[in-house]
Amino acid sequence: MAVAALGSAPRVKVAPWNDPVIRGWVFQIVVVGLVAALAWYLVSNTIDNLNRQKIASGFDYLGREAGFEIGDTMIDYSPASTYARAIWVGILNTLRVAVLGIILSTILGTLLGVGRLSPNWLLNKICAWYVEAFRNVPLLLWLFLFYKLISEAFPGPRQAISALWSSVFLSNRGLYFPVPMADPIHKWMGVALLVGIAGAVVLHRWAKKRQEATGQPFPSISSGFGVAIGLPLLVWLAAGAPSAMSWPELKGFNFEGGTVIQPEFTALLVGLVLYTSAFIAEIVRSGILALHKGQSEAAAALGLSRGQSMRLVLLPQALRVIVPPMTSQYLNITKNSSLAIAIGYPDLVASINVTINQTGQAIENILLIMAAYLSVSLSISAFMNWYNKRIALTER
Amino acid sequence: MLNKFLAAGIAVATLASVATAAYAGKELDAIKARGQLICGVNTGVAGFAAADSQGKWTGLDVDVCRAVAAAIFGDAEKVKYVPLTAQQRFTALQSGEVDLLVRTTTYTLTRDTALGFDFTGVNYYDGQGFMVNKKLGVKSAKELNGATVCVQPGTTTELNLADYFRANKMTFKPVVIEKVEEVRAAFFAGRCDVFTTDASGLYATRAANSPKPEDYIILPEIISKEPLGPVVRHGDNQFADIVRWAFYAMLEAEEYGITSKNVDEMMKSDNPTIKRILGVTPGMGKALGVDEKWVYNIIKQVGNYGESFDRNVGAGSPLKITRGQNELWTKGGLQYAPPIR
Ligand SMILES: N[C@@H](CCC(=O)N[C@@H](CS)C(=O)NCC(=O)O)C(=O)O
Repeated sequence: MAVAALGSAPRVKVAPWNDPVIRGWVFQIVVVGLVAALAWYLVSNTIDNLNRQKIASGFDYLGREAGFEIGDTMIDYSPASTYARAIWVGILNTLRVAVLGIILSTILGTLLGVGRLSPNWLLNKICAWYVEAFRNVPLLLWLFLFYKLISEAFPGPRQAISALWSSVFLSNRGLYFPVPMADPIHKWMGVALLVGIAGAVVLHRWAKKRQEATGQPFPSISSGFGVAIGLPLLVWLAAGAPSAMSWPELKGFNFEGGTVIQPEFTALLVGLVLYTSAFIAEIVRSGILALHKGQSEAAAALGLSRGQSMRLVLLPQALRVIVPPMTSQYLNITKNSSLAIAIGYPDLVASINVTINQTGQAIENILLIMAAYLSVSLSISAFMNWYNKRIALTER
Repeated sequence: MLNKFLAAGIAVATLASVATAAYAGKELDAIKARGQLICGVNTGVAGFAAADSQGKWTGLDVDVCRAVAAAIFGDAEKVKYVPLTAQQRFTALQSGEVDLLVRTTTYTLTRDTALGFDFTGVNYYDGQGFMVNKKLGVKSAKELNGATVCVQPGTTTELNLADYFRANKMTFKPVVIEKVEEVRAAFFAGRCDVFTTDASGLYATRAANSPKPEDYIILPEIISKEPLGPVVRHGDNQFADIVRWAFYAMLEAEEYGITSKNVDEMMKSDNPTIKRILGVTPGMGKALGVDEKWVYNIIKQVGNYGESFDRNVGAGSPLKITRGQNELWTKGGLQYAPPIR
């Protein structure tokens, strides 16, 4: 930029080596050239060394049979699937904990942050202690602790704790519960849910506009929920309400049927959420404290209750301070989820590690994993930036 | 864990940076210049490689590292041990973080070729087995349908397990944890019904790590061949030869009755084979590019294979593993060294 600015200044005749524009260009070309040369040197050396040691290279391995089993998968997978699919299973598992982790730690963190500002001494102190405890111990230790707790404290599958008339079972193999038997209509119910959510959003917008224009409130939240849930329900009824259930049952070593939330997943999610919510609590608290005291006084003067003033006056304004640091916490959750491997949750890192080990192709796999984390992180950043712009102060 | 990736990343960076031409003896020169052999071993498997409270490493695998150091330096102590998990070991060897890997590593075609390695022999013939708690009442691996199985990632174990259950039309749920302590803890806590690894590893785990060894049984089925051996990377045939023959020397010594106790006596032997092995008749050391007393040094400081076996995993150890397939070929086993001549 400096170069351009200088360039537009009235020109005096100078020797080319004294011309700031030319000099600027020369420097930039030299820098780019050096970086390119370094990159070329590294890449060609690597290829050279791989060839000399006769280590396999290229991405062909992705199409080969993986041969290893994965314990927790969201899509169909077996040892006969390809490495590409094994890695995809890992990506989905990473996304699963990351997304749930972000949602849950935001909720918990906000409650804790608000709690720390409460005039109630007990609540205030509990929240303060929580925050100090969780953010001052490394996450890995929390993960080990939760994993040990689940695998040591819960009984084996044959002595599982059962509840709700023997339909739900809790053991060191996880929490088993019944689910509806797979049915083609479930896909359409999913579609209906998406349509319903879109409808609810439209309804909410309309209600807000109307209230701004006419002052008449409309229960858009409850009716929005109604639409979002009612639509899939209608689809289900229209399909003849298929209600066959798959029940968990002890067969041999383990439960079969139903579905399960496994200990590794639980330990990881709980660890991530409890740890990150401590940081989020502090962000929320500082966001609220950053507001002028007059805001809460004005809210009180209007006759709003503490809860109302928090919800309607303070939090919306605090969001502007809260959102940017929140982005880093969301990125942290995503990256910290890679600690999964320590307690055996099959995330992306686990899949990639095994693949590196079985194929020996470290470089290709590391490129893949970097690309995957980068895309997830950039998507989170992009979304948060968009949201941040949306809530930024609009001067009227 | 991401910091593990950092390690892998550094390894990759090393791959990118060493740009000297390969020549026979290149690794060997580097080792000699350093004055120390860097040996990749287990993070702690009793009998194979484990460090005591003083940080002193012992074990059957450790003895191979020691033998190689004795051959190169005349001093078995000149070894630095780098504990590696199954996951880390190959990147560590490929990138040059270790010179030599002796870490209960199974000799397979892929590892010998696509990973860019050479296996130099088999220091323990093993096979994969299953361990279960007695109270499950399981008598055979064929009864394991539906079981939850604890296993370490990045191993042949993980692949054989999937193959075996597929071949027998059974299913299982894996619990895959990288660190051996953690995977053992998960098994002993009952998170899994079964723990599977090389049978030797099962014996070691039961003897050294289980809360009550008598509660666990190892099922009779051995589902795979696991020839465990030392590995080097492609590129320096001379170093590979030294590793290969340092181990064979331990076998030859056992076959000819040379032990750490009697090796000094044996130096006076008239037997031409023994004279050649111990370098009394020179030539072997020169051919290999080491001191003529290389075998003497190995046997004096480390012992022959039988002594090493006994002390680490056999009758003289808590594991009490019988020689079985690891007996010398002359006694009906598989351990067979080509002649030193
Ligand atoms: N032989 C197999 C398995 C090797 C392996 O990892 N064995 C376990 C036996 S317990 C082990 O050594 N673990 C120790 C560690 O991770 O340090 C292979 O080469 O893939």
